[in-house]
Amino acid sequence: MPRANQTTEIRSRNEAPLTVIRASRGWRFLDLDELWRYRELLFLLAWRDITVRYRQTVVGAAWAIIQPFFTMVVFSLFFGRLAKIPSEGVPYPIFSYTGLLPWTFFANGMNNVCNSLVGSGALVSKIYFPRLLIPMSAIMASAVDFALAFAVLVGMMLFYQIHLTWNVLFLLPFLLLALVAALGMGLWLAALNVEYRDVRYVVPFLTQLWMYATPVIYPSSLLHGPWRILLGLNPMTGVVEGFRWALLGTGSLPGVMFGAAVAAAAILLGTGILYFRRVERTCADVM
Amino acid sequence: MSDVAIQVCELSKRYRLGQRQPYKTLREGLSRAASAPFRHARSALQRANGQPAGDRRKFIWALRDVSFEVKTGEVVGVIGRNGSGKSTLLKILSRITEPTEGYAEILGRMGSLLEVGTGFHPELTGRENILLNGAILGMSRKEVSRRFDEIIAFSEIGSFLDTPVKRYSSGMYVRLAFSVAAHLEPDILLVDEVLSVGDLQFQRKCLGRMRDVAGAGRTVLFVSHTMDSVRKLCDRSILLAGGQIVKIGDTDSVIASYLESIAEPHATSSWVRGPGDPWNQHKEFVPMELAVERDNGCSLSSAIGTSQRVWVKIAGEIRELRPNLVVGFALYDSNGTLLFESFQTDADECKWPRLKVGMNVLRTLLPTSLLNAGTYRVELISALHQMHWLVSPGTGPAVRFELARDLSESPYTGHDRRGALVPVLEWELLERSQRSSTVCRG
Repeated sequence: MPRANQTTEIRSRNEAPLTVIRASRGWRFLDLDELWRYRELLFLLAWRDITVRYRQTVVGAAWAIIQPFFTMVVFSLFFGRLAKIPSEGVPYPIFSYTGLLPWTFFANGMNNVCNSLVGSGALVSKIYFPRLLIPMSAIMASAVDFALAFAVLVGMMLFYQIHLTWNVLFLLPFLLLALVAALGMGLWLAALNVEYRDVRYVVPFLTQLWMYATPVIYPSSLLHGPWRILLGLNPMTGVVEGFRWALLGTGSLPGVMFGAAVAAAAILLGTGILYFRRVERTCADVM
Repeated sequence: MSDVAIQVCELSKRYRLGQRQPYKTLREGLSRAASAPFRHARSALQRANGQPAGDRRKFIWALRDVSFEVKTGEVVGVIGRNGSGKSTLLKILSRITEPTEGYAEILGRMGSLLEVGTGFHPELTGRENILLNGAILGMSRKEVSRRFDEIIAFSEIGSFLDTPVKRYSSGMYVRLAFSVAAHLEPDILLVDEVLSVGDLQFQRKCLGRMRDVAGAGRTVLFVSHTMDSVRKLCDRSILLAGGQIVKIGDTDSVIASYLESIAEPHATSSWVRGPGDPWNQHKEFVPMELAVERDNGCSLSSAIGTSQRVWVKIAGEIRELRPNLVVGFALYDSNGTLLFESFQTDADECKWPRLKVGMNVLRTLLPTSLLNAGTYRVELISALHQMHWLVSPGTGPAVRFELARDLSESPYTGHDRRGALVPVLEWELLERSQRSSTVCRG
């Protein structure tokens, strides 16, 4: 008998798969089996998003580089030179860029995931596939943008003659944390956006505020006491500080606060998946 | 013993009325949440007073207790009016939306075609879209590349394969989209009216392809509005109305039930003017009666044979006689195609009936010997010739009648002849001397 909280169950009877369709009840988490079966489609969707984005714009692939780079230039001018914000011993441009790099990935990733589900409304209402594929392909497209912007970072490191240490290997786990946070927030927003279509307009505002709550422009040493704790709970603080530590050697390996940030990101992703899966059931009805 | 491919048991789907609105906003949601305690208090108060609580959320059942079985290899049609639940049924079986109650079991790999070109992106080339669309429809990379050449050949895209789809004409777009879908080879295929795309030639090709797919032992559930395709492809059919199964069985009888259900309820073979009927603003002609009747003046109650004489009778009142008054009727077949119009002034002037002021009753013989069997509609029309309509086409009173063929003695003039007309023409064989190669001057 199919379990009560499963919509479908694939069994094999004489090599032909048996699909059972019934109303699902309760909460569902991940169906890794199904996601694995649809992996080809996931890569194709991501490839489509990336290809289309770069074919459509005049500047093409350069956009992934232009955005963080010019933001860095503007920040360096206003915050670095005019406001003279301290930058922990390294030139301000590279200080801010190492922060902007993962930040842009997080912000754009979250935004793309938020809009992805409603944007694929035509697909969702006509064909079945695990809907999680949509936000996953959106974040993969953002990861490609990150890779391009990273190339600029390499150039800048060479320019400023910063020497790399083995700490660079830690970049990967920090990036993973940023991905978890972006996907988690994105899933929440995407699911909310299906129900309340004006949620997507809140996102740019949310992103702006969030950036100021993350030590992208300023070093976290600027804040003290209770502000420091609040800052620490933000998963992106850990990512940005971690990036700086791994690349530039500023600050120190994040400690206890970092652990709390990781937990926060994990909870965000977990609850995001649960809520998304719940909305998934009825999204075709409202799109 | 063939397995049951699709088993549907008491499947039901309920929609909240208003769920189909374009979107809700957070602003609305928040204000509703804020006023929620007040609404609860109000309905509690209402219930205390014995009044029914005003729950503004109403539900409609798009599907209700639908149960049926499709065996492996069967081709089953699903027909019904718009809103009968056909598309909802397919959506549930395609797992796009969940049922509210009941369940369905599907044995075998399932492919569903609810639309052609799902996932097509205008910026990608034809080749890239084939890959993408194939994956979306459920084909693996290997399958798509194996059938790649066939897909391209079927679509007749030719050299445009590597240009972005946004440059395609709508015809090419549709051909490419259908071509990918046509090469889906699942065990069970769910198809929703996708065959009504493209030009006539392509539609014929698609129908042929569907027939091949259906014939290869595949199970097909086919939703359509085109009775012709349903008749050609399906062994059994299901008629849905208001979300419930009205009839299930042999395709011809189910189609007959459907056509009966959509026939105009008031159509009879005679009409008499009643109080409140329009068309009385012109004093030149006011229609009073329209009927299709036999020789003896009786109106038709059942089908009449084409060998019998059938008259169209029109009665009307003339208050002001005009020399250019024309009165007549238009004949339509069961598909709504206009066959011809006829007026009392069509023949030689000396044969025209002399109309007078007051009540006039006209009649003419219908050329039923030319007509094919079927249901016809006679609609009254009238005008002042070269001036304006008195009763324009599409607005006048109309009556229906049914013809059954029984004319020719020939054993080969049977039933199911194509065409609106079935004239019985006599043929002759030309002798040697009659065959000539004279040049005709036109």
